[in-house]
Amino acid sequence: MNFFVIGYYALLLGASCLAAYMNRRAIFLLLFSLTLVSFILGIIGGVAALRAVTIAAGLLALAGMVAYGFREFLVQLSEGNVGRPLRESGGVFLIILLILAALAFASNSFDWGLAEIFVAIGVLLLIIVPLSPETAKELRRAPLTATFGLFVIFTYIVAGIFSSVIAPHGEAEVIASAFAPADDTMLLGADQLGRDIFSRLIYGTRNSVGLALAATVAAFILGAVAGLLAATKGGWFDQLMGRVADVIMSIPSLIFALLMLSIFGPSIPVIIGAVAIIYAPRVFRLTRAVAGNVVVMDYIEAAKLRGEGTWYLIRKEILPNSTAPLVAEFGLEFCFVFLLVAGLSFLGLGIQPPTADWGSMVRENATLISFGDITPLIPAAAIALLTVAVNFVVDWMLHRSSGLKE
Amino acid sequence: MGDILGLIAKRLGLGLVILFVISIIIFFMVELLPGDIAQAVLGQGATEENVAALRKEMGLDKPAPVRYLEWLGGAVTFDFGNSIVTDEKVTTLIGERFKNTLFLASYAAVIAVPLAIILGIIVALLRNSIFDRVVNVATLTSISSPEFFLGYILILYFAVNWGMFPAISSLSEDMTMWELLNRTFLPALTLVLVVTAHMMRMTRAAIINLLASPYIEMARLKGAPPWKVIVKHALPNAWAPIINVVALNLAYLITGVVLVEVVFVYPGIGQALVDAVSKRDFPVVQACCLIFAGTFILLNLAADVGAILTNPRLRHPK
Repeated sequence: MNFFVIGYYALLLGASCLAAYMNRRAIFLLLFSLTLVSFILGIIGGVAALRAVTIAAGLLALAGMVAYGFREFLVQLSEGNVGRPLRESGGVFLIILLILAALAFASNSFDWGLAEIFVAIGVLLLIIVPLSPETAKELRRAPLTATFGLFVIFTYIVAGIFSSVIAPHGEAEVIASAFAPADDTMLLGADQLGRDIFSRLIYGTRNSVGLALAATVAAFILGAVAGLLAATKGGWFDQLMGRVADVIMSIPSLIFALLMLSIFGPSIPVIIGAVAIIYAPRVFRLTRAVAGNVVVMDYIEAAKLRGEGTWYLIRKEILPNSTAPLVAEFGLEFCFVFLLVAGLSFLGLGIQPPTADWGSMVRENATLISFGDITPLIPAAAIALLTVAVNFVVDWMLHRSSGLKE
Repeated sequence: MGDILGLIAKRLGLGLVILFVISIIIFFMVELLPGDIAQAVLGQGATEENVAALRKEMGLDKPAPVRYLEWLGGAVTFDFGNSIVTDEKVTTLIGERFKNTLFLASYAAVIAVPLAIILGIIVALLRNSIFDRVVNVATLTSISSPEFFLGYILILYFAVNWGMFPAISSLSEDMTMWELLNRTFLPALTLVLVVTAHMMRMTRAAIINLLASPYIEMARLKGAPPWKVIVKHALPNAWAPIINVVALNLAYLITGVVLVEVVFVYPGIGQALVDAVSKRDFPVVQACCLIFAGTFILLNLAADVGAILTNPRLRHPK
């Protein structure tokens, strides 16, 4: 019985008594059942198990504080109505974004080294746009899990854009012997070829997430356009697309992806194309269902009688009325795609070496696990963390959009 | 009874049509190769005569539709031709492995299905409590993790740190049942974790949906005890969604098995597929894809048939 164990139980019992005194039933139940579970854990696992529980609780508290802080930060920004000038500028905003994209592209091809800055400004502007007093109201009611998700996504964006600045070494730079242990210059040690794992992890953010994002956008555009057209046109086009979607969805996604990769070979365009074909049917079905509900409205009939074309109907009438479910679907779709692409690259069929990629990093360093080293699990944990974060945000959005309907 | 058989026959027919279309896709996708299979196998440096000889040997000089019919005819009798790489019969290559995969999947299913349904019902009854929220976050995390992440964590703790189970599931003929279950425990547990999380969430949603219906409230209002409300009133109507959930998740198990087999070096069909893909061994890839797609369709069919049998409303489509 050392001081740690005494302190541990004293803290738990004290906190649960305090919760009971303050009439916080749920917190009391949680803390007291944790105390009871700790007895069993302590008997089986000894002090180490209790230490693990303490660390987990500490991490949870840290995550909670971060989420709380980030929510307050977003609420303050939204109340300041930072996004108003951008929202009201309309076309000018689009032109600024286009100029920034062109500058980033030019910087990339002429080697100015400023591409990161231009991309960062563009993304920042995009993030600022939806910040308004209405968003502040929504954010105040958002659960902490959702804002934690937002914070994680924000961190990944920063790491992805500035990877070349953050990473201390190059992506494919051999700087040590194979599996060299961690030291001052290498935070996580070296991989099987002597490259810095930490740098590759940072570069992996850009590569893995970028690829998944590109593939999701492709699948989404394909599925959403087909769905909107099917809903507005109906008839044989609708029937045909529906049957095609049925067939594609009846092949397991990983198997279909493996089939296509075996034929066309693993390269980035093939992966994007394969994922787009595999996941477009899901988007198609949702878009068709959502748009199908909008199409029967009277204002659509009125617009048709005015003589508006299909494109106008989609852009001005249907799309603005089906944004909420589509945005949530985009998040969900991203999770599926990200996991599929990670699985493919774990199988050695994703982005090809020496480009850093989380899935293949796990596979390459898996031998370390049999020595009890957790380093190879870090990229896998990075995949899981981002997927969980996106899921939290999507959960909140779905809840919000369903709450508005009631 | 006659109309039920009719409905089921209709569903079976539809499943067969979809399987047929998929076999066409699987076969003709290989035709999309720039050049043809013989060229792709021999590579750039092959002489014209070699390519022609291989073409003749593989029957590539016949038109594609004829070859498709031959392939399909073979596939129906489980004869998928010879592997390009090892020249063995595909059936001998993957036959034993297919049995192993089925064993692993059913091992996982036997644990996961009862566990998930019981936990799902408990969580649905305790909805909006703190227990429900904790379980929600836990299942979400499990779903969001790639299978190889869960697999390696289990290896790290159960095999390396605590030494309770072997990390690599090598199978041999003369193992006792107990040894077999012990060796394949970690891959099965990985699958159980993923599938249970999915199934629990779906069961929870189905039960909550059901408990919100007016006739349950009526049963409560007339004073029926809670267990009776669940067993007598809710459960008969809950079977349909639960059967659906189980079948859909078993279908998921079929694909989840690929990554898990690679992590644990399990001699199953998923591993064979991945090897064949990286070696571009097309007959094996086609055979594995057809088997996976067929199983997937079969389980989806089972879900539909189960729903028709347990839900009389589906027998009278409006």
